[in-house]
Amino acid sequence: MKTTLLAAGLVTIATHAMAETPVLTVLTYDSFAAEWGPGPVIEAGFEATCACDLQFVTAGDGAAVLARVQLEGAASAVDVVVGLDTNLTAAATATNLFAPHGLTVANTLPLAFEDVNFLPFDWGYFAFVYDKTKLATPPTSFEELAASDLKIIIQDPRSSTPGLGLVMWVKAAYGDRAPQIWAALADNIVTVTPGWSEAYGMFLQGESDLVLSYTTSPAYHLIAESDDTKAAAAFSEGHYLQVEVAGKLASTDQPGLADAFLAYLTADAMQTALVTTNWMYPATTPAAGLPAGFDTLITPAKAVLLSPADAEAGRAKAIEEWQTALSK
Amino acid sequence: MANRAVEIAPAATLGLVIAALILGSAAMLATRAETWVLNPADWAALRFTVLQAVLSAGISTALAIPVARALHRRRFWGRTGLIRLMAAPFVLPVVVAVLGLLAVFGRAGPVNTALAALGLPPLSIFGLHGVVLAHVFLNMPLATRMILHGWQAVPAERFRLAASLGMPPPALFWHLEWPMLRAVLPGIAVMIFLVCLTSFAVALTLGGGPKSSTIELAIYQALRFEFDLGRAALLAALQFGLCAAVTLMSLRLTVPSAFGAGIGAAMTGQPPTGWRRRADTVAIAGSAVFLLTPLVAIALAGLPGLWQLPDTVWPAALRSVCIAVVSSVVAMIAALTVAQAAARHCNGWFDLAAMLPLSASSLVLGTGMFLAIRPFASPENLSVAVTILVNTTLSLPFLYRLLLPEARQLQADYARLTQSLGLSWVTRLRFVTLPRLARPLGFGAGLAAALSMGDLGVIALFAGDRGATLPLIVQRLMGAYRMQDAAAAGLVLVVVSFALFWAFDRIGQHYADT
Repeated sequence: MKTTLLAAGLVTIATHAMAETPVLTVLTYDSFAAEWGPGPVIEAGFEATCACDLQFVTAGDGAAVLARVQLEGAASAVDVVVGLDTNLTAAATATNLFAPHGLTVANTLPLAFEDVNFLPFDWGYFAFVYDKTKLATPPTSFEELAASDLKIIIQDPRSSTPGLGLVMWVKAAYGDRAPQIWAALADNIVTVTPGWSEAYGMFLQGESDLVLSYTTSPAYHLIAESDDTKAAAAFSEGHYLQVEVAGKLASTDQPGLADAFLAYLTADAMQTALVTTNWMYPATTPAAGLPAGFDTLITPAKAVLLSPADAEAGRAKAIEEWQTALSK
Repeated sequence: MANRAVEIAPAATLGLVIAALILGSAAMLATRAETWVLNPADWAALRFTVLQAVLSAGISTALAIPVARALHRRRFWGRTGLIRLMAAPFVLPVVVAVLGLLAVFGRAGPVNTALAALGLPPLSIFGLHGVVLAHVFLNMPLATRMILHGWQAVPAERFRLAASLGMPPPALFWHLEWPMLRAVLPGIAVMIFLVCLTSFAVALTLGGGPKSSTIELAIYQALRFEFDLGRAALLAALQFGLCAAVTLMSLRLTVPSAFGAGIGAAMTGQPPTGWRRRADTVAIAGSAVFLLTPLVAIALAGLPGLWQLPDTVWPAALRSVCIAVVSSVVAMIAALTVAQAAARHCNGWFDLAAMLPLSASSLVLGTGMFLAIRPFASPENLSVAVTILVNTTLSLPFLYRLLLPEARQLQADYARLTQSLGLSWVTRLRFVTLPRLARPLGFGAGLAAALSMGDLGVIALFAGDRGATLPLIVQRLMGAYRMQDAAAAGLVLVVVSFALFWAFDRIGQHYADT
């Protein structure tokens, strides 16, 4: 009897507490929610305005986030998903698990991007990063890179989003010639890593001359470490974009909070914070501009991006071409 | 007969639980599958996977024999410390180990700097040889320890008898050492083969390109980018099939040694003379340099950032230690149960059940458990319990392999005596089993604890933003450009794992010697 009473009491307290502070569950990739990432900033900022409890659930990277959404299906406790990129949005839309965001936010992306379900919150250009003190004249195109004897480290498109971005970049820039470019690059590639962090770590240890990363990577070294030796090589083919997007699930039990969160994520304060926590360009340039140091970064003359539909349709073939060319 | 059923029941139950966990996770994926196709690249991946695993297992085991023999028969200052330290590579988290190896064998490392100074062309670590090198670095120490245990388990009386008969080294080898090796080597080689079978990060990072793809990578791709659960389940089944075939094959190759009982005193081996003595020195010095230099590189990389680590590192470290200790104790009890049953009733099923976890892809295991748990509870709330369960299961094969030869010996030497004395199982455990098995139990528990510390596979699917373990923190730091912090947190992880291992190993050693 006592236990029953106690249990009943606890349930009452619990439901009461839940009724008072609704919980908004946000699924995102690991480094977004990390202590030093944008997660804690947005949690503190949003909770101050929403009278709710913001909780993060994490999965390894963008692709893992989508896999998680698919695993959970319509019964998911997640309300908002943050951190897919445009190579994945077509597959995400096809799950029918996402709902239209209904917001109109004027973004400053270098290319027009609009999607009823997904709202861009930050973006970056893929680029090969090098050390200025070790490499005086960086290559200016894939062909120049392939002709040189410079060593590069890239990521595997089958396990990492930057790796997939590179395959899409070469495909978008060279079309049917992509297999030739990969064959020519084969002797430059030191190795292919499962994720971004192994590749970048190996580059910093001196295993390669260049590494596939973002044009914004040198800004981290400059601003956080006062180290100005890193730079990104500007390629004449243009640079492929990674646009990171957020969306709400159709199954959310907090649609109002989810909308408010998406609005908060794309508003000025959070866009400013994203720059130096996620080390990407904000989707909308903040009123106060970008922090000092970002002016030293290269600005590609041309931005390249396959539409989500084209990216989804061409992905399997592009990866196969990459695999065949590099397996020889 | 009834007695037999009582004896075997706990072990059989455990075996069934393991099989349900491992095979069930793949079955969970299968229930959600829509298509069942393997593509040609998967078969290429299978070939590469088997090739690198065979080479890694063969070379690790072959190199471990002379090192173990030298360590058994030579005494020198720092020997015990060296033996313990040699287990360190095995307990390293893979990313940390790879970066440590690169610091030594990489383009900017001392090996290539020395080659350049001599005017020789640089050596590239990337390719099949790099994958094998890394696997030998990670697994040879374990093989050495297990073979060394084999040597130590040969009763001292036999060596004394051989010495008094004036047996020359070749005769000593054929009469004493070869039977011991026949009993332990197949199991060790199979274990390393299976560890390398599911290699993912090492094979990919050091493999040099997509021609070095493993089955585990194909599983990763199927689950992450294609969400093709059917293909993932098929690939997982392929790994199970390989595991079962190889385990059963090794049973045929294993010939139990029959030395009979000794009084159990530790043997101090007779140091050889002449060229054999010099060969021993080369084996010990060579393996020490090969295994310890990357560890030194890891320490040097981690030290500068140690004083400014982010605060989350310490609670994560504590969480990891608790999980590791609990997992290790549970694994020890489970392994002892299964190994004793297997020793009593020579039965291939126990071997199979105990080795099965090695063939499990942690991603399949995690995903399957996630699918199984999701309808009933929030995975984040169960992350600690799930991690303990998985770590226990995954470290069971190592403990089992370590315990089995000595449990068999114990069974052969003492079973009749304990039975005729009518000892209860508590008494038998206290006075016969635990003292005799203390050495492999301590070593195995240390290994299990360290493996749990370094495990990343499953927690990544279950951890919320609050339940992070230390390996997850290392990965998150690396993913946010903070390579120096990551190196320092990696060093903390290595030191804590190794301290745990050392403590358990010492306890085991202590009870074995008294």
